[in-house]
Amino acid sequence: MAQDIWVLGAHMTAFGRYPDQDAVDLATTAALGALDDGGVTISDMDILSCGTLFQANSGMGQQVQKQIGQTGIPVYNVSNACATGATALRTVIMAIRAGEADLGLAIGVEQMGKMGLLAGGARKEKNVYEPSGRYGAVMGIDGILGTDTMPGVFAQAGMEYANDNDGVGFEQFAKVAQKNHAHSTLNPLAQYQKEFTLEEVMGSPMQSYPNTLLMCCPTGDGAAACVLVGEERFASLSREQQSRAVKISASVLTTDPYVESGQMQPDVNTLTRNAAQAAYEQAGVSPEDLSLVELHDCFATAELIHYDNLGLCERGGAGDFIDRGAPWRDGETPVNVSGGLISKGHPIGATGVANVYEVATHLRGEAGDRQVEGANLGLAHVIGLGSSCGVHILEKSGIS
Amino acid sequence: MQIPLVDYLVLDNGPYLQANECEGCGARFFGRRNACAKCGGREFNSVRVSDTGTLRTFSIVYRAAPTIPTPYVSAIVQTDDGTSVRSNLINVAPDPGKITLGMKVKLDTYVVGTDDDGQEAVAFGYAPA
Ligand SMILES: [Zn+2]
Repeated sequence: MAQDIWVLGAHMTAFGRYPDQDAVDLATTAALGALDDGGVTISDMDILSCGTLFQANSGMGQQVQKQIGQTGIPVYNVSNACATGATALRTVIMAIRAGEADLGLAIGVEQMGKMGLLAGGARKEKNVYEPSGRYGAVMGIDGILGTDTMPGVFAQAGMEYANDNDGVGFEQFAKVAQKNHAHSTLNPLAQYQKEFTLEEVMGSPMQSYPNTLLMCCPTGDGAAACVLVGEERFASLSREQQSRAVKISASVLTTDPYVESGQMQPDVNTLTRNAAQAAYEQAGVSPEDLSLVELHDCFATAELIHYDNLGLCERGGAGDFIDRGAPWRDGETPVNVSGGLISKGHPIGATGVANVYEVATHLRGEAGDRQVEGANLGLAHVIGLGSSCGVHILEKSGIS
Repeated sequence: MQIPLVDYLVLDNGPYLQANECEGCGARFFGRRNACAKCGGREFNSVRVSDTGTLRTFSIVYRAAPTIPTPYVSAIVQTDDGTSVRSNLINVAPDPGKITLGMKVKLDTYVVGTDDDGQEAVAFGYAPA
């Protein structure tokens, strides 16, 4: 493979609501934090990539430059649904691998205010029915021909897994959310930091069976950034910089290949399996080698099926995996010790950078109360409907 | 006068669902096609999809646009000829205890709205068989 690439600096804002700041403020905080953390400046950067979904047309990367340094370097503004942050990272990684950059800055940011993820089809109804669009529809079909809502789509993905595998149901999905809420109490950067009993999770208002409100991620604001460096430049860095750096052992982005059922509901499984398999091969590791995993738990049903898709459990064994406590912080393979999207929050463009920040922080041994002891290898996963899947595997530097 | 909610619902001599089937590989699609997502082929034939099938997955949805009554049951059905169809499960209580994964279902239609000219829009769903 091409040269090794390292995370030299990383930073994220706490996720939550920022009514007094705009997305540029948030992105700037993350960018400056990552530069300071890596002991470098904007003048050292050869490339900048900035991911945001809802402000994709705003030239966000250039707006950030206007705040932190207009050095004239190329900026790539990227947007790729919930995989936007991972795509920003990969853009910098590809530039370094291509030999066009030695050092680069990847930023993910989103400001969602109080918008909901539940916005459905609600197309304007005409007074006279006329077929329009690719399906010749005479009115919006969301809610009539099944659901387009995110909690519903991911509920169906979970129930399909329940259909195919024994020992999976409402309670197993609810246990996922119980775990992530519990984990978040140790993460000061999480949007919510409150523990709930299994009964409280199952009893909270139903959104889309089997996902209750406490099993759905909230909307929120936040940003995260990473400074990446290629191995040639890495060799000239100080010992301290090298020892805190985290190696990117694998970086993969996939889309959903054709499957028959994919015409009717997004297939979130095949592209995740493909990405995971490619990432394990690139890194030369197995799922059982992982010290921790940050995966895309936009809904509790999603996290459960990704245990299987990422190979963290035996095929079909995701129900047993959560039942025996394997993904808890003190379990076999800690999953979402940050609190996950469900409790840490999900400012969409920031998410794919923030989970790399989280894994890197554990590998550096700097995660405070939530530190996974002895962490030396971690995986970060995101999936955006449409669909795209990003997987990064990170490794402790081993340089002291 | 009646008009189907979507053009792949055929009311004349029906009701039934009509898919575009790829001549090259047999993959089926609903709606207008440019080419085949499976093999890239560009020739399609119209085929009638089986009216019966099994419930592959579902969700009971409580949050929707104001015009949609809630809760409703969203479902993916696998028809007996192996085609996936997305629709609502109808004529069944929105209660997880009343809905069984893998249960047999059958295509059914109902009037979902009337426009200012008195034209009725006909939707389809699947009911327990
Ligand atoms: Zn084909």
